[in-house]
Amino acid sequence: MQTFAEILKETRFFKDLNPEYIELLAGCGSNARFDPGDYIFKEGGDADTFYLIRHGQVALEVHDPRRGQIVVDTLHEDDILGWSWLFPPYKWHYSARAMSLTRGVAMDGKCLRGKCDMDTALGYELMKRFAVIMVDRLQATRLQVLNIYG
Amino acid sequence: MVEQLLTQPRTTTDPMLPNLFRIHRVLKESYDTFTVELVSLEGYQTFPFAPGQFNMLYVFGVGEIPISISGDPLHPETLVHTTRAVGTVTKAMRELKPGDVIGVRGPFGSAWPVKEARGADVVFVAGGIGLAPLRSSLYHILSQREKYGKIVLLYGCRSPEDILFRKELEKWRARFDLEIFVTVDYANSRWHGNVGVVTKLIPKAPFDPLNTVAMVCGPEVMMRFTAIELVKRGVNPENVYLSMERNMKCAVGFCGHCQFGPTFICKNGPVYPYSQIQSWLSMWEV
Repeated sequence: MQTFAEILKETRFFKDLNPEYIELLAGCGSNARFDPGDYIFKEGGDADTFYLIRHGQVALEVHDPRRGQIVVDTLHEDDILGWSWLFPPYKWHYSARAMSLTRGVAMDGKCLRGKCDMDTALGYELMKRFAVIMVDRLQATRLQVLNIYG
Repeated sequence: MVEQLLTQPRTTTDPMLPNLFRIHRVLKESYDTFTVELVSLEGYQTFPFAPGQFNMLYVFGVGEIPISISGDPLHPETLVHTTRAVGTVTKAMRELKPGDVIGVRGPFGSAWPVKEARGADVVFVAGGIGLAPLRSSLYHILSQREKYGKIVLLYGCRSPEDILFRKELEKWRARFDLEIFVTVDYANSRWHGNVGVVTKLIPKAPFDPLNTVAMVCGPEVMMRFTAIELVKRGVNPENVYLSMERNMKCAVGFCGHCQFGPTFICKNGPVYPYSQIQSWLSMWEV
C-alpha cells in the first residue's frame, strides 16, 4: 500500500519538493472519497482543507438566484482543489461538487498553516506552488471573461 | 443578375467572376450557426479544394463574404460551408432555400499541412465556429488514419448550446482512434463535461509534443493564447499552424484589405505557421 508521502511525491503539485517536507506534509493528509453529486464544500463554508484530486472530476459552482448553480470551472485528476484555506477569513468562495466518483487526498489546512508558520521556508515553498496555480487560473479566467470564442 | 450570369458564355476562368451554385440544403447547426450545401449550376461535377481553403460566397443583391470550406475534400461534388449568422450577408444566406442560387469564387488561400503532418501526432484546437474550417482537415486525416500518430481534437465554445457539429463529435468520440475533449466557458449543473477555456486542455492532452503538428482555428485572441500554451508544452512553433482572418474582399491579393504584416491573408494565408506570424500577433496595428 502506498503511503501518503509516496502519493504526494507523484503529484505534479509536490513534484521535486524536499523529501523532508513531503514527510512533514503527509502528516496532514487523509483519504477522501466523494460520490457523484456530493458537495465537497459549499460557498461561505469554513475553508480548512485542500484536495489533491487523484481520480474523477469536480465542478466549481457559483449560485445565481435566477439561473441556479452555474459551473465556472472543472478540475480533474492531478489538479489541486481549494486555496481559500491559505488566506483569512478562511471561507470558501465557490462550491465544489463531485461530477463523478472522485477520490483524492484531503490536506488539513489548519495543520498546514501551523507547520508553515513554524517553518517559513516550507511556507514560502508552498506559497510559490500555489501562486503558479492561481496565476494559471487567473489567466484562464481572464480569457473566459474576454469571451474569446466571439 | 443571376439570369444574366447564366446566359453569359464563360470564356475564361476569371477569379473575380462568381460561379453559380444552387442551394442544395441549409442545415441549422445551433441557434446562430448554419451549414449550406451547394451544387454547381454550371455543370462542374466536382469542386476540388484543399482542407483549410476558403471561398467567396456571393448572396446576390446583398454582398460577398469569405467563408472557409467545412466539407469533405473526398466529396467535392457538394460544396459545404458553415458559418454564424452575424452580419447582413450571413443573415441573408441563412434565409436561402433549396433551389436558390448563390455565387461562388474560389477556392482560395493556403491549406492545412495535412501532408507534412504524416507520421506525427496531430492536435486540432478549435474555438467556437473555428471548428468548421478544421473539419475538412479532420475528414482528410481520418480518411488516411493509418498515416498519422495520435489524433486529438480540443474544442472550446461558450456554452453547451454553442457546440458545433454535435452529432458528428459524438460519432467521432465513439471511434477508438481519435480523442476528443470539449470544454465550455459556462454551463449549468446538467452539463457533465469540462468547463474552462480551451487552453486549459493543452497541458494534459495525450500527444507527444516533440512529434506533433497542431492546427488551430478560432478567434485571434484564442489562437494567440493557444499557440503560447502549445509551445509551452514543447511543440515546435514551426509545427503550430493558425488560420487567420481579416476583411477579405478580392481574395486574390490585389485590393490589400486583408494585409497582415508583409503578406495578404487571402493569398499567403489563411493558414500560417505560428513561427512566421508570432511577432505580429501581439502588435496593435499590423
